[in-house]
Amino acid sequence: MTTLAAKPPLLSKDGLPLKRQLARAERASKLKALALILPLVLFLAAVFVLPLIGLLGKSVDNPEVVRFMPRTVTALQGWDGRGLPAEAAYAAVAHDLAAAREAQTLGDLGKRLNMEVPGYRSLLGKTARRLPLEPAPAAFKTALTELDERWGDPVYWQAIRRNTEATTPFYLLAALDRHVDEQGEITRVDPGQAVYVDVFARTFWMSAVITVLCLLIAYPLAYLMASLPARRANLLMICVLLPFWTSVLVRVAAWIVLLQSGGLINGALQWLGLIDAPLQLVFNRLGVYIAMVHILLPFMILPIYSVMKGISPSYLRAAISLGSHPFAAFWRVYFPQTLAGIGAGGLLVFILCIGYYITPALLGSPNDQMVSYFVAFYTNSTVNWGMATALGGLLLIATLLLYIVYGWLVGAKSLKLG
Amino acid sequence: MPPFASPIERIWFWLHRALCALVLLFLVLPILIIVPLSFNESSFLLYPMTGFSFKWYAAFFNSPEWMLSLKNSLIVAPAATIIAMLLGTLASVGLTRAEFRGKALLQSVLISPMVVPVVIIGVGSYLFYAPLGLVNGYTALILVHAALGVPFVIITVTATLAGYNHNLTRAAASLGANPLTAFFKVTLPIIAPGVISGALFAFATSFDEVVVTLFLAGPEQATLPRQMFGGIRENINPTIAAVATILIVFSTLLLLVLEWLRGRAERMRTALD
Repeated sequence: MTTLAAKPPLLSKDGLPLKRQLARAERASKLKALALILPLVLFLAAVFVLPLIGLLGKSVDNPEVVRFMPRTVTALQGWDGRGLPAEAAYAAVAHDLAAAREAQTLGDLGKRLNMEVPGYRSLLGKTARRLPLEPAPAAFKTALTELDERWGDPVYWQAIRRNTEATTPFYLLAALDRHVDEQGEITRVDPGQAVYVDVFARTFWMSAVITVLCLLIAYPLAYLMASLPARRANLLMICVLLPFWTSVLVRVAAWIVLLQSGGLINGALQWLGLIDAPLQLVFNRLGVYIAMVHILLPFMILPIYSVMKGISPSYLRAAISLGSHPFAAFWRVYFPQTLAGIGAGGLLVFILCIGYYITPALLGSPNDQMVSYFVAFYTNSTVNWGMATALGGLLLIATLLLYIVYGWLVGAKSLKLG
Repeated sequence: MPPFASPIERIWFWLHRALCALVLLFLVLPILIIVPLSFNESSFLLYPMTGFSFKWYAAFFNSPEWMLSLKNSLIVAPAATIIAMLLGTLASVGLTRAEFRGKALLQSVLISPMVVPVVIIGVGSYLFYAPLGLVNGYTALILVHAALGVPFVIITVTATLAGYNHNLTRAAASLGANPLTAFFKVTLPIIAPGVISGALFAFATSFDEVVVTLFLAGPEQATLPRQMFGGIRENINPTIAAVATILIVFSTLLLLVLEWLRGRAERMRTALD
């Protein structure tokens, strides 16, 4: 009686076990495949991933105090933040500010500290103009406090002490309307200054509205396309894909022309006698919604359509022939099968929506701007890299989390175009 | 519509049709509405038209700024497309040839430039390329546009390769072709429609990209969409309608080529099966 274990291994013609040779060949082909992917991975790592990592790094970057006030940072090391620091710290500030003025870095320093305590910039400017103190005073503490009494206020020293590290959560907290107060606790900023939580809430709310509108419009059309014969469905598909292929700026321009106060929509409504005076349809929230739905609709139609095309109509017929009401059959038999498409389309539209910039920027009022607008604003207008990258970083994290959910629910490779 | 349908079903059926007609109108009307206005005499983008004129097209072709932006677009978009197409096609072949751990994750990462907000890519690229002295030049713009086009190439080419019969490559190899010859003589001609449509998507992406361009391009590298963005923001005039019409004709042509390619690919697949 022979056992399986006793069987001699299969050998190839050069005497090696076939199994090992097969494994070797598979490994070689896997390596070849990886070698084909590698150039793209390196390219995207250098061109796409590194800049994003740099952006996240920049959002916690805090170079000003560390770089431009090195002596003060050292002198404040022993200070516990209560009362006023020792004489050495005053001397260090005098030296650092004189050096900063010399090196023309006072502006960056003042801008940074002004974010902590309003008025700090003027304090630095005023102090630095009198520096260096000649002859060197016996006590820098008295000299500086005489020069400006704010140097006798612990708040200004605590602001420096909070920034003796090269990284800071300051901008990320600010992007969530939080700050570290004098006691070192994370607290909300004054309601008057709190804006970004509202901006994030508005971004998510507008994206949700647009996603729901897209779904309500896309579903019936996708259903019609899936039920028509191929030739006519293709014709409808071209109508869906034509806007998809047309430049976003062309579509924005077209919507301005259509929706403006003397435009066709207002003209038609007036001609029909529905309104007396032109309605404000653009440069407000309504205009943003209309154009965004138009731009993102194909991203909703395509996944729902491709799911619907795979559903056999016989299920619906079977349900009806078994006595179900057609509407009930649709709701209980057909609709659940399309949930995968709804999930895929909805998530994709939502993800694309929260990062949108062009449409709100061109068609919205200041009250309709989303997070992206503020990222661009802090980059272009005020050059506040900390706020720009912190807001951008939070938006990036939100997008990536949603994208992970998308990949988990749908699988990124199931993305289809046309 | 079966003959035994109840009245409610009939009403529902026509309601559905009417709704779909409205949706299609919503999709197509804005694009069609702007075309006639580009031939309007008046300098206002309003109906009714006052007369027929080509002057807005003349204004476009005689404007040094618009021509510069057209030239820039025609430099950046093809260059970005070539990079995206080469790297994307190679990677797609690799992705379909082997199964390995983390493949789904890698694929998600390769497609992620499509979903990361462009403003973030713009700011990140600016911070990254400014110290390298590459801002206000073509290099950074082309590289980032190529990265934005890569997902489209990956999606279309892997989809085409999924329907590719790998026995054909094996047959070529057994007949003595080396892997390169087999790829160029057998695989590539069959997957060519997918590669070309991926390239068209990548081209359209770059040709329509404005946000990254806002951050990375100086006035000398302003592309066509960048010029349009400025025009719409400041004062929308009929020259923009003329540019829009040219772009609509262009995208319609792209779409028709794409539909033709898809039809060709399908015929080829059925012929090969």
